[in-house]
Amino acid sequence: MSETVRARLVNLGLMLLAPVLALLVAYGVTTLILVLAGDPAGAVWAQILSWPEQRNLINIVNSASVYYLSGLAVAIGFRMNLFNIGVDGQYRIAAFVAAVIAGEAWLPGYLNTALAVVAAMLVGAAWAGIAGLLRVTRGVSEVISTIMLNAISTALVAYLLRKWALRVEGSNDIGTKPIPEGSRVPGFTIDGVVTEIYGFVVLAVIMGILYSVIINRTRFGFDLRATGHSETAAVASGVSVKKMIMISMLLSGAVAGLVGLPILFGDAYSYGATFQSGLGFAGIAIALLGRNNAIGIVLGALLFAFLDEQSNPLQIVVDVSPQIVEITQGVIVLAVVIAYEVVARIRTRLEQRHAGRDRGPGSDADETPPDGPSGTPGRDREVSV
Amino acid sequence: VSAVTETAAPAAERVGRGRRITLPIILLGIAVLLLVLSLLRVITGADDVASSGTISASIAAAIPIGLAGLGGLWAERAGVVNIGLEGMMILGTFGAGYFGYFYDPWVGVIGAVVLGAVGGLIHAVATISFGVDHIVSGVAINIIALGAVQYLAALAFAGEPGGGTSQSPTIGDLPRLTIGFLSDPLGDLEGQNWFFVSDVAAFLRALVSGLSSLTLIALALFVLTWYVLWRTAFGLRLRSCGENPGAAESLGVNVYLYKFIAVTISGGLAGLGGGFLAMVASSTYRDGQTGGRGYIGLASMIFGNWRPGGLLTGSFLFGYTDTVRLRSGGESVHALLLLVAVLLIALAVWQWRNGQRTLAAVSVGIGVAAGIWFLLSDTVPGDFTSMTPYVATLLVLAMFSQRLRMPAANGLRYRRGSAG
Repeated sequence: MSETVRARLVNLGLMLLAPVLALLVAYGVTTLILVLAGDPAGAVWAQILSWPEQRNLINIVNSASVYYLSGLAVAIGFRMNLFNIGVDGQYRIAAFVAAVIAGEAWLPGYLNTALAVVAAMLVGAAWAGIAGLLRVTRGVSEVISTIMLNAISTALVAYLLRKWALRVEGSNDIGTKPIPEGSRVPGFTIDGVVTEIYGFVVLAVIMGILYSVIINRTRFGFDLRATGHSETAAVASGVSVKKMIMISMLLSGAVAGLVGLPILFGDAYSYGATFQSGLGFAGIAIALLGRNNAIGIVLGALLFAFLDEQSNPLQIVVDVSPQIVEITQGVIVLAVVIAYEVVARIRTRLEQRHAGRDRGPGSDADETPPDGPSGTPGRDREVSV
Repeated sequence: VSAVTETAAPAAERVGRGRRITLPIILLGIAVLLLVLSLLRVITGADDVASSGTISASIAAAIPIGLAGLGGLWAERAGVVNIGLEGMMILGTFGAGYFGYFYDPWVGVIGAVVLGAVGGLIHAVATISFGVDHIVSGVAINIIALGAVQYLAALAFAGEPGGGTSQSPTIGDLPRLTIGFLSDPLGDLEGQNWFFVSDVAAFLRALVSGLSSLTLIALALFVLTWYVLWRTAFGLRLRSCGENPGAAESLGVNVYLYKFIAVTISGGLAGLGGGFLAMVASSTYRDGQTGGRGYIGLASMIFGNWRPGGLLTGSFLFGYTDTVRLRSGGESVHALLLLVAVLLIALAVWQWRNGQRTLAAVSVGIGVAAGIWFLLSDTVPGDFTSMTPYVATLLVLAMFSQRLRMPAANGLRYRRGSAG
């Protein structure tokens, strides 16, 4: 085996090592907690790891599409070293506005849908833009401001909902006017199954491709990544950091605005008090899991959706609270970032040994700084501050 | 993460910022505050703006936020950003619920601290030993903690009388302090509705009736934190880890150890804040009891410029706005609009004189809008009142962020031996 092939194999192995390690750790920790609490760990895993039925598979794809959009929104920020913790608030207020516009049906058919989608993106971008503006003009950390904006959007949407919403027939819930039939997005059916795959899964795919192309293939994407890696280098090459912060915050918010739409146009058809919340925080975890990579985020989203769906019947089947899976998800996130760090350290050590061997006896490989710019590959530093 | 970017302040201002906060200044501040509130009460007729009920409820609301913020202070002074405060608080609520119900209220307090500290320890291992990004680790801890307590609560409380899958049975009370011979006459005085006198009486009455022992402990922890961090060698070393860990290490400080201690204490304090919510602010553990107070604690720490005194002020501000919306909310918050309008316009004048023209224009804009809102309406809708603390935080950060200075090496990854 030649040297380069060997090196590539080692590289690939190291790349896969981190997620595998993280999954094993999450499995171990969850099992430990189950055993300590006196719950049947074997039965729990048998349920979670069983092959899902077709209906469940469709649910998994559906919720993965939503998670994917949320993960993408967070990843755009991460690429620029920005923490958009506010995806939650952005999608909530955007989904509400989209629901109102689509419900009013000012335009016929799919024009109405398109208008609502555009409006959702604009509202999401504007809401994230507040945090961006505060960051560039006043130096307020986007972490704190987006957290505050999340809480504000919750209250604002609750107020607007009460003001404009109608009572849903036959219940005490209130919601926006239902979207007319002609503007709903039809799903894909798979033979014999009642549950449909959201039509807007396509939207998630398109956004993923766009993200990948823009980040990796355009001048703008290059500037974005460069600024994320090293602000000083970016400034030296003529990039305006403030402009980049503003643009990436707006883009992140625009994508965040889409998060609620697959549910809105494919299932709920109106925005009510029970509209799914908390998708933004899952997005942070998923973006981290996928290393901000368009394909990686798909895997992360599928994994989270899989765990959610498979844990649903836990209460009925083995009388264990399904919240156990949240622990698993959280541990996966923490373990995966730790594992990447450990792998990066192993890689550095290997490289140093390699360099030492190349230079022959007498050279001192330890002179390479352990954490220097040459030591850690750039892509491992995306979210480090 | 740069929480704030500091602008070059003139030297004179820097000296001025070092002013000692002494007891007379604190008392003067409280007096001015009461004067403003009583003026507001008389002008607008919103009686609950400064009643003793509002004040003691504000104290109860401020303490958990303050404890979370104090946790943040310990961690960030040692250079570790702790956004996992929320999760550590959540662990604390469960610790208090579980140990408080099955053992004894005081064991519950200890349980809250210990569970919070465990959260802190996880954060320390991830960020210090493994160099994981601080915010990433914090977010993960928040997810884990939420799932963990919901799972454990369902397991622990489901079969108990008065308990459920998301709620614990009633926890026993911690002793409360009432000084009867002071409380009753002060109550009479408050009832007279005299300008200023009644408000002072209300304030004092809140301090001598039904004050929880945990409140006193929390206040003592503020003083203790100030003393330990700013008056002892241990504190100096700990703060040096947050300012310049490389230099600290070269002087023989075990940076990892200090950071570990700081972050673990941080978790313990946040856990105590959660315990306060479960045992004093209410008397059960409930799912979702923290309601984002960990984040608010973090915000009030930034508001307080990474100092205990400022943090305490910040948490009382949040506690007050949080409370006033519950006590004849619409009316009281409506009254506060007037105060906001006046303050912002005064601020604008000051900013204008400092040459910050754009900022002054923004302040006037918001101030006038608040004033018009006050004049054109009688009450503020409930949803808006629940926004108050968050909008206040954003406004304060936007207005004063340039005057804040966080520890220089806060949020940065540090690896042993990396200093030259």
